[in-house]
Amino acid sequence: MNVLETFFVAARALLRNKTRSFLTALGIIIGVAAVIAMVAMGEGAKANVAEAIASMGTNLLIVLPGSTSAGGARGGFGSQPTITWDDLKAIQTELPSVKEAAPVLTSAVQMLSEDQNWTTRVSGTTPEYFDIRNWPMELGSRFTQSDVEGGSKTVILGQTVAEKLFGTNANPVGQTVRIKNIPFQVMGVAARKGQSAAGMDYDDAAFVPYTTFAAKVQGGLLKYLNGIIFVSASASVGTERATADITALLRDRHHLRAGVEDDFSIRNLSEIANAQEQAVGTISALLLSIALVSLAVGGIGIMNIMLVSVTERTREIGVRMAIGARPVNILTQFLIEALTLAVAGGIAGIAAGLLAAQRLAVTFSWPMKIRPDVIVVAVLFSGLVGIGFGLYPAYKASRLDPIDALRYE
Amino acid sequence: MENPKELIILENVTKDYRMGDVVVRALRGVSLQVNEGEFLAVMGASGSGKSTLMNILGCLDRPTTGTYFLGGKEVSNLTRNDLARLRNRTLGFVFQSFNLLPRTSALENVELPLIYSGASRQERRRRAERALQRVALSDRADHHPNQLSGGQQQRVAIARALVADPKIILADEPTGNLDSRTSVEVMALFQELGRQGITVILVTHEADIARYASRVVMMRDGLILSDRRQQPARAVLVEAEEQVSA
Repeated sequence: MNVLETFFVAARALLRNKTRSFLTALGIIIGVAAVIAMVAMGEGAKANVAEAIASMGTNLLIVLPGSTSAGGARGGFGSQPTITWDDLKAIQTELPSVKEAAPVLTSAVQMLSEDQNWTTRVSGTTPEYFDIRNWPMELGSRFTQSDVEGGSKTVILGQTVAEKLFGTNANPVGQTVRIKNIPFQVMGVAARKGQSAAGMDYDDAAFVPYTTFAAKVQGGLLKYLNGIIFVSASASVGTERATADITALLRDRHHLRAGVEDDFSIRNLSEIANAQEQAVGTISALLLSIALVSLAVGGIGIMNIMLVSVTERTREIGVRMAIGARPVNILTQFLIEALTLAVAGGIAGIAAGLLAAQRLAVTFSWPMKIRPDVIVVAVLFSGLVGIGFGLYPAYKASRLDPIDALRYE
Repeated sequence: MENPKELIILENVTKDYRMGDVVVRALRGVSLQVNEGEFLAVMGASGSGKSTLMNILGCLDRPTTGTYFLGGKEVSNLTRNDLARLRNRTLGFVFQSFNLLPRTSALENVELPLIYSGASRQERRRRAERALQRVALSDRADHHPNQLSGGQQQRVAIARALVADPKIILADEPTGNLDSRTSVEVMALFQELGRQGITVILVTHEADIARYASRVVMMRDGLILSDRRQQPARAVLVEAEEQVSA
């Protein structure tokens, strides 16, 4: 009696009790669906965070003037610029752990096109800023280093600003916008970057060379850098080393003695992102373990029904034994019944899980991330559940004494 | 074996059951020889040991002491698997309550023993159809047990017992759930099988039924009380007779 024959015997026995078979399989269906949906959800959330990190820029540090850890007595300290343009130059040139550094001077300014106006954040910076932020152009090009040196009146628009001033799908490159009534030529439109984790629209911004910004928007280039510095740490050493190097450099340049607080601060955005990623990882692991518990509960459901089935079919087992079934035949029959329930449930569960994952992805507007390995593991696991929880009832059936089984009422 | 026609030889077989601390001596030393083609009725009150004897003859149970030769082979010490093979190939069982699988067609029920002997699908079908023909139920092959009368169900069960071409049919109160008319029908069928060389051993407590056997063994208290051959009453039933000989 081969496995295929046993499978047909088992399938026939299951079909004799359709409702019960379905309800038993339902436990596995829900379990497998939960595992697949939860893993997809975790992966989607991870991808979401990864996207947020990528849009922030890699190995990103922000150097701010003033101490954020200052107490109440030093309240005015942060508003006082403490970082000089020479500090920036030193950070750019003296530290091997710093790949690139760009000043960002920001002001909220109204911009005008021929027939529209829009108030946005206008920043003065250098071309490196777009490298640090990992931010390509969609149309046109960046302004160049010579634009910065020459203080040319060129501007790069974020997607939102381009839409507000020129309408969707327009190409503003080469057109003129007015900032503080001064005409600027649009050099490029930056690619869409989306929102920050806090919901700030990265695309609602415009960028001009910092020299132009200082001269035309802020009013003259001062000794102090009246803004912040974006730094990308070189990938080989990482952000922690760069943070330490910049701290040492600036303390030295500002002649701060040991024990005196920093008059600047450095924010490590990658760290925050990593923490977020870890939190997401923890939550998805938690969801997965709950899903696995429900799969195990489904398995116990199978065991329960198989035990009932063995008791209920004691006479059938007796008859089968009387007409020549060996104990191993009975064992495989019940084992394959359990396995069939589990695997059928597993396959239906995959369909349900994919559907649920898709609904979740739509609801949370996440990318739908289905891992094929999870599907394979889910099917294997449901098979294991079938064998694991089917073994005891099947063994019990195979050990029945045919005489007792035939006499069983 | 001095006589090759002796299919079954029991020598001084005993069977003890332990029920808690009490040992029940179901068989106290039974010796019995059954020849090929004999139609044997085992009679006795409940507790006489006739069911225990039946279980041992049917290789469902092993004697405590004594020996059992089946077809010239000592079977009292075989393993569970070997006994299963014997039951599958050499023996056929008919039960009082038919014991057909519910919601399964008559044909599939009859095929069942062949699944365990490893016959191919086509061969199973062919032999099951032939067995149903022998009990004159070919036209009911697709019916489920609950669509058949009691007599028809028992005939399906007999077809199931016959399908693997056994040497012996063991029937435990096969007419217990049937009315007298269908009982005669079933007995006619057994008599016909006897004429075809199959040994039929049936357990009954009805003297009416034992009349149709060629030999009657009476049991009491785990011992054989009497063992006599007789001229069997002819099971006359016009339709049944026609069906069986057809």
